[in-house]
Amino acid sequence: MRPARTHVLVAVDEESRLAGVDQVLLALQQALDQYGLREEVKVIETGTLGVSGQGVVVAIYPDGVFYGRVQPADVREIVEEHLLKGRPVARLRLPTAAPVARPAEILGRQTRVVLRRVGVIDPENIEEYIAQGGYEALAKVLLEMRPEEVIEEVRRSGLRGRGGAGFPTGVKWAAVRNAPGPEKYVICNADEGEPGTFKDRLILEGDPHRILEAMAIAGYAVGAQRGIIYVRGEYALSIRRLEQALNQARAYGLLGDNILESGFSFDIEVRPGAGAYVCGEETALIESLEGKRGWPRIRPPYPVTHGLWGKPTVVNNVETLANIPDIILRGAAWFRSLGTPTCPGTKVYTILGHVRFPGLVEVEMGTPLRSLIYELGGGVRDGRPLKAVLIGGAAGAFLTPADLDVRLDFDSLAGRAAVLGSGAVLVMDDTTCIVYMLGGILRFFRHESCGQCVPCRAGTDLLVRLWERIRQGQASPETLKRMVEIAEVMRQASLCPLGQSLSLPVRSALEKFPEEFLAHAAGAPCPSCQKGGA
Amino acid sequence: MTVEKKAILQKFPRSPDVLLALLHELQRANPQNYLTPEDLALAAEHLGLPLSRVHDAVTFYTMFSLRPRGKHVIRVCDSPNCLLFGAGSVVEELKKLLGVEVGETTPDGLFTLETTSCLGACGVAPVMMVDDEVFGNLTPEKVREVLARLKEGG
Repeated sequence: MRPARTHVLVAVDEESRLAGVDQVLLALQQALDQYGLREEVKVIETGTLGVSGQGVVVAIYPDGVFYGRVQPADVREIVEEHLLKGRPVARLRLPTAAPVARPAEILGRQTRVVLRRVGVIDPENIEEYIAQGGYEALAKVLLEMRPEEVIEEVRRSGLRGRGGAGFPTGVKWAAVRNAPGPEKYVICNADEGEPGTFKDRLILEGDPHRILEAMAIAGYAVGAQRGIIYVRGEYALSIRRLEQALNQARAYGLLGDNILESGFSFDIEVRPGAGAYVCGEETALIESLEGKRGWPRIRPPYPVTHGLWGKPTVVNNVETLANIPDIILRGAAWFRSLGTPTCPGTKVYTILGHVRFPGLVEVEMGTPLRSLIYELGGGVRDGRPLKAVLIGGAAGAFLTPADLDVRLDFDSLAGRAAVLGSGAVLVMDDTTCIVYMLGGILRFFRHESCGQCVPCRAGTDLLVRLWERIRQGQASPETLKRMVEIAEVMRQASLCPLGQSLSLPVRSALEKFPEEFLAHAAGAPCPSCQKGGA
Repeated sequence: MTVEKKAILQKFPRSPDVLLALLHELQRANPQNYLTPEDLALAAEHLGLPLSRVHDAVTFYTMFSLRPRGKHVIRVCDSPNCLLFGAGSVVEELKKLLGVEVGETTPDGLFTLETTSCLGACGVAPVMMVDDEVFGNLTPEKVREVLARLKEGG
């Protein structure tokens, strides 16, 4: 069979399914048949193409043309005009702020490492992954490197955990390798529950083999034979694609016994969660994997010595693992050439809220917040002024336009009493009432508090009650002070990051938008609510 | 024990760490989307766990229910991004149309109304999930349409 002259990439994910991608695919196949283009044009169903809020998104390569909001009725025009006559259909084209195909433009705006193949390959076909250099890193590690050398390469790369805490991955791996005992585990934390975050889901659905390969490399490095991927129970498509990828990898001898005749054996299982935000915390996740309620453990001891079943365990986030194959193949020095000296590499963000182009982007660590919102996100919708940005999900901090020049990396944000967290960037315009937004966050935390430790169990409930009094106009400035105090006690005394981090949104909201809280507390008109906002 | 449940049990090794996956399958096998006392006992016996341990886990995770739920479970996302785009009015509309509060089931056994944390479809906020299907860009009008369609389907 001749290689196809044109590839048509169709993003199949939750969002495009909702927009009727199945009918579009059907119409596409029918049109290609009708014009006898089956041999010349190959249709590939991929994960997200990195564009959100644009319905069914279709990309044509090598032309690098992106179409959005494609309906079945549009398909004939695309086939007749573009695929047959080479004239792109202007009315369906997406603006260039969407990720485009020309490398120079991608490099100018985004640096894609972990998302490199997402939306480019068919995630349900291992051969496409292999054809693009997939599993080469695993082969290199197994055939050319000792485990200590692998750990040293990761350590020198400066890779830090992308789940939120920013702990150096190489240090974690070394601790597990050095922990005594023959039985060790590698866990991939895919319990992505941070509101406004869906990067891990799109990596799993768009490039699942990358995660399997990285876990096998981690297993070889630390001396583990078993890996487990703990996926959020709601992520049905992720679970299905991972299971399929596992079967393919086993069939190709890339997982299982004696991988590539190296003497190293490693296999992976997928386990679903069941709806508990706290299980994203690594010790709660381990408890859940043992078939128990997800109550965080008291640390120390840490999972690196006492993890799953009390054995040494690596727990890495999806995005962290997704960096590993490239670090092995391209080297620590290459990785260090991206990002900042203390936070090398890239970071994936979900840009949401009142921006023109919501969606998933990957840029170098240290990119200013301003560039993320105004260049990649296209700026605030309808030309309205920016009011606030909530960074890092519900457990993140509110920033204001005065913070726009802050660089997005673990250390720079710490200087603003904020965190990178999961990489969710929620943009709010001047119609947004911060009192209302904080209420949503507080209720979320009250619901998700696991109830084990008193500061969090009682604190989340108290905060919601005080917030209710503000909303009802029956509070005083003292109420606001009390809320900050409670959040501070929770920060100091809670057992796990869930309770500890609520002080970030509470403190930042109350300190940066006091006039709004005071107005609501006194039952006076709130300047934002009057603009008819959320 | 029904043949179907026996078949489910046989798929799982007798090891406590598969508890959540097993409970998911048992729950899915019930038309009313919940775990019966018999299901808990089956899981406990199969995995060699005390019944109290299984009950403990079931009550901790929001995806499991010990009460019969409607034929369709409606989960409205109430995370900050969806709130920003009007999830509050979506919930109010659903409460009004269904005549139930969040967490309750309609008397005809057709719908259960729940809220959920982020569903990861933030690009089309506000969002709700009905069973396995996600609906986005919701407005009170669109909610009415979706409900009408589901009622027709029975």
